Amino acid sequence: MEPLLKVTGLQKHFPIRKGLLQRQTGAVKAVDGLDFEVYPGETLGVVGESGCGKSTMGRLITRLLEPTGGKIEFQGTDISHLGVAGMRPLRRDVQMIFQDPYGSLNPRHTVGSIVSAPFKLQGVEPEGGVKKEVQRLLGLVGLNPEHYNRYPHEFSGGQRQRIGIARALALKPKLVVADEPVSALDVSIQAQVVNLLDDLQDELGLTYVFIAHDLSVVRHVSDRIAVMYLGKIVELADRKSLYESPMHPYTKALMSAVPVPDPRRRGAKSERILLQGDVPSPIAPPPGCRFHTRCWKATDLCRTQEPPLLELRPGQRVACHHPENAEGVTVPEARQSVDVTITKKPEPAEPEATEPEPEAEATADAKAEAEVKKDDAPGE
Amino acid sequence: MTAPLHETSAGEATATVDGAPDAPGTPDKSGSGGKAIEGRSPWKIAWTRLKRDKLALAGAFVVIFLILVAIFAPVIVGLLGHPPDEFHEDQIDPLFGTPIGSWGGINGDFLLGVEPVNGRDVFSRIVYGARISLLVAFLAAVFAVFLGTILGIIAGYFGGWIDAALSRVMDVMLAFPQLLFTIALVSVLPNELLGLDGSGVRIAALVLVIGFFGWPYVGRIVRGQTLSLRNREYVEAAQSLGAGRFYILRRELLPNLIAPITVYATLMIPTNILTEAALSFLGAGVKPPTASWGQMLSTAITTYESDPLFMVIPGLAIFITVLAFNLFGDGVRDALDPKGSR
Ligand SMILES: Nc1ncnc2c1ncn2[C@@H]1O[C@H](COP(=O)(O)OP(=O)(O)OP(=O)(O)O)[C@@H](O)[C@H]1O
Ligand SMILES: [Mg+2]
Repeated sequence: MEPLLKVTGLQKHFPIRKGLLQRQTGAVKAVDGLDFEVYPGETLGVVGESGCGKSTMGRLITRLLEPTGGKIEFQGTDISHLGVAGMRPLRRDVQMIFQDPYGSLNPRHTVGSIVSAPFKLQGVEPEGGVKKEVQRLLGLVGLNPEHYNRYPHEFSGGQRQRIGIARALALKPKLVVADEPVSALDVSIQAQVVNLLDDLQDELGLTYVFIAHDLSVVRHVSDRIAVMYLGKIVELADRKSLYESPMHPYTKALMSAVPVPDPRRRGAKSERILLQGDVPSPIAPPPGCRFHTRCWKATDLCRTQEPPLLELRPGQRVACHHPENAEGVTVPEARQSVDVTITKKPEPAEPEATEPEPEAEATADAKAEAEVKKDDAPGE
Repeated sequence: MTAPLHETSAGEATATVDGAPDAPGTPDKSGSGGKAIEGRSPWKIAWTRLKRDKLALAGAFVVIFLILVAIFAPVIVGLLGHPPDEFHEDQIDPLFGTPIGSWGGINGDFLLGVEPVNGRDVFSRIVYGARISLLVAFLAAVFAVFLGTILGIIAGYFGGWIDAALSRVMDVMLAFPQLLFTIALVSVLPNELLGLDGSGVRIAALVLVIGFFGWPYVGRIVRGQTLSLRNREYVEAAQSLGAGRFYILRRELLPNLIAPITVYATLMIPTNILTEAALSFLGAGVKPPTASWGQMLSTAITTYESDPLFMVIPGLAIFITVLAFNLFGDGVRDALDPKGSR
């Protein structure tokens, strides 16, 4: 199947300027080489800790930002460097749902004018008139169509998020990028909004890129999941493989923070991996594998050689020199040749320097990890 | 499937405005026939809040009264006073040059007494002085707000070197000795310019100078607001729908800038009144026989021992006007502040 969206080597470096002359003194490497594709009708979940570049990635594929490097193809068209005018017709097909239900709606506009903005800006005249269509959309997202003339401040967070969803869906887009659409909402409302997005996907045949900062939210909506760390994808796999046998140590650590929904497995799998240290700065990411400073399996190889994102199992791409759950996986030629040139044993018995720390940590303190949501997971 | 938590929103909305009769979501009885429910716009809410602020209302009444006085000065003076530049030597004690009678010569004919030495009607001069004060203060505020808004938006929205350059200009202007500059400028002004007579030239100069030195204050505020607004997600939402820069400025940014600009403009007027009074006091304002409050104060200095009331009256006029504008301006600010507690 042709991918709807194809991203290759995508980069975004924000320059850091200093002084009166605004000279560039460095760059925040927010996104630093992403490769993935999104197929029609699927939901690609994207997870990672705060600051790893998820929002930047979302803004790049919706072209709110211009990439520093790499290529974004939408339905085979290269959109990486299109200008405002060039992008305008494509804007109908790619829409975004924002994280902050308070910041994403202009407080000075009525709901009606917010949801009808897509029609005005794109010069579309829906049959039956704009007002009728806006009211239909409000109904579609579960709001009272008669609240057309109300202002955003008169709605709750969850209702505002529905208004944002109505606006994003107004032009019947093909691809919707949802940037942490529920993380600002009350836990009790999160499930409702996730379910709404899920229902709308079936109803309208949408394709989602669903960004979240922990695995529990994307679990129920995603077909495939990409795990990001410091501007890179470290693992990209279908949901089943990722949850049953994560291969990247970082994925495993994130996973250990997710509450197990099945009570019978709760005892067996409750060991948590507490990551050591902080996320390094994206201004000067560590050499080699970016995760090596916090990885319990890191070796010299990891510190010098950046692992490529390779398909180690069908449907499971991993960027790691020493993947987890790798039993029965034939290490591909490419990897072996990398190992050989470095003349290093692929699996050393004991990693040095960093503490071996995959053991059970009784203290339920999850500071370094992604926050864990309540375990009344949506859709279950 | 999912019930959109109506109760929550109703509670939230009514928390800011007391007793909103039809909060959203509460099943409404009236608008069932497909009629859209009217929302409470941020302006309506501000108006509701302002109406409950007693001090601000008092200020507003005084402000409106003063504006009416200024507009209808000739009518008022025609009814209750004498022409402001008419001498009444019969009201002056020829020996001391002070007004005849106690209290600065206040009587049924001269409501606020007469000026020492020449016997001009103080009431008329105060009424005409209100014209100068308000005219200069308003026009200077309009000029400052106009320049400040445009340059502030440009600096905040475009950023980069444009912002750096404009910000430096504002810094320099804020550090400039405005009073000294104005006195120097006014002293070299010709008596006639571009068809304006002496007073007209002076008034135009005051407006331009006060407005020109006032815009950086507005500019800084507008720049800061624009800077924070342009990264809001609703701006990105408009961009993701294909909006251009002009649309974003006009539809997304400007509506959110009007509130802070309004507040600043109302609070700028009393400052301008004081500046005009100070300049007139120092002799850099309008020239006699045209009356202005600051100028009356400076005349009164020479006779304050024998006729203190002649000094108190213009002082009070300035004080009451500034206080009224400040009370009103503070009320407007509180009413428009989205985080305001009332
Ligand atoms: N406009 C910008 N200018 C400079 N740096 C930026 C900009 N936008 C993002 N960054 C930096 O890029 C990095 C990635 O930011 P991004 O917002 O993409 O992270 P994120 O994964 O979405 O995090 P979160 O979960 O907190 O939303 C951060 O270090 C951030 O400070
Ligand atoms: Mg983000």
